[in-house]
Amino acid sequence: MASMRDIKRRRSSIQGTQQITKAMKLVSTVKLQRARANAERSKEYFTCMYDTVNSILSRVGHLEHKYLVPGTSRKKAVVVITSNRGLAGGYNSNVVKLVTRNPQWNREDVVVYTLGNKGREAFARYGYQIKPCENDIVESPVYADAMALSRELLQSFAAGEVGEIYLAYTAFKNTVSHVPTLLKLLPVEYAPQADEKSGKAEAVMDFEPEDSEALDLILPKYMTSLIYGALVESVASENGARMQAMDSATSNAEEMINDLALKYNRARQGSITQELTEIIAGAEALG
Amino acid sequence: MAEKNTLLLRIITPDRLFYEGQAEMVEFNTTEGEIGVLPGHIPLTVILKPGILSIYEPEEEKRAALHAGFAEILQDRVTILAEIVEWPYEIDQERANAAKERAEERLRSRTPETDIARAETALLRAVARIELLK
Repeated sequence: MASMRDIKRRRSSIQGTQQITKAMKLVSTVKLQRARANAERSKEYFTCMYDTVNSILSRVGHLEHKYLVPGTSRKKAVVVITSNRGLAGGYNSNVVKLVTRNPQWNREDVVVYTLGNKGREAFARYGYQIKPCENDIVESPVYADAMALSRELLQSFAAGEVGEIYLAYTAFKNTVSHVPTLLKLLPVEYAPQADEKSGKAEAVMDFEPEDSEALDLILPKYMTSLIYGALVESVASENGARMQAMDSATSNAEEMINDLALKYNRARQGSITQELTEIIAGAEALG
Repeated sequence: MAEKNTLLLRIITPDRLFYEGQAEMVEFNTTEGEIGVLPGHIPLTVILKPGILSIYEPEEEKRAALHAGFAEILQDRVTILAEIVEWPYEIDQERANAAKERAEERLRSRTPETDIARAETALLRAVARIELLK
């Protein structure tokens, strides 16, 4: 049995860890609230954007537009959104797995745009081709950052460097449920006859300028907004995941502390009994 | 029911709901020129260009600088999905002036590398901001 002193030292070290995890949990709870409010505020914009783009595309589905057909290159660009810091449970590794465990993708065909330090480290380890982006973006996402990134992606798509563009992020369903999601950005996919009913009720929508020109201008905005939306949701998910991870770490520590307290008391009792036995034995020997 | 003489205007940006309310008329700048929308307009989707947005409410007129995005116009409502839109008090006049000069300079001394479309948009943006503050 471990000595009393060892148990005591162990217990106080766990107590120290517990205090840290508790503090981290509180911090991420506060951050989560802010990130969540952000995500909810911007949600409306994306729903609106998505509906409009879908209604446009369902009307011009026959069109041979450059953003609607895959490029000739076999390369795929994947934007992966992870965090800069760890201790968030499976948050980072789940997103990375979306790419590394994808059976249809060869490592050589994938170009990874990493947002966030953890993702870059992981992909460097796996030996992927990486285009690093500004890591600060994931700390507090700004729309202008998403704009710059989508411009860069569109340029490489237009230049024929990549044939398809994907986005890997963590969707924020609610505080406890975050779903790693892989989304195809380009070529744009849509459901042609999805909203036939609602289409009939309203008069036919006109476009100024013409359809294909409008698409040229709207689709980049659509992509930017998807990237921005993914960023905002990922930040919320990150803090949610960290909060959960730290919560379970705190309760694990609590359990260990209780366990050690019990062991400590037993050891203490054992040593007292032993001392008593020795004293009595000594007294008897003298008497 | 008597015909409504206002339309529901909603201006949404990626990080906030900029404006929501009833308006008698909305004016803004599009790639095809300036447009004024009254209630009962035919359904139309337009792409925005930097310019001044005027909202005519029954009691007062509100103005803002609207820079990029697109608008969906339906019979009784207008939804503007804007990337950048600012109320007059949010604009920094000095920054706008500086931006205007910078863009003009870039257009004057154009080299083959100059991104002319971008410089022109920047100029339009700065002009819209300055115009609004007048």
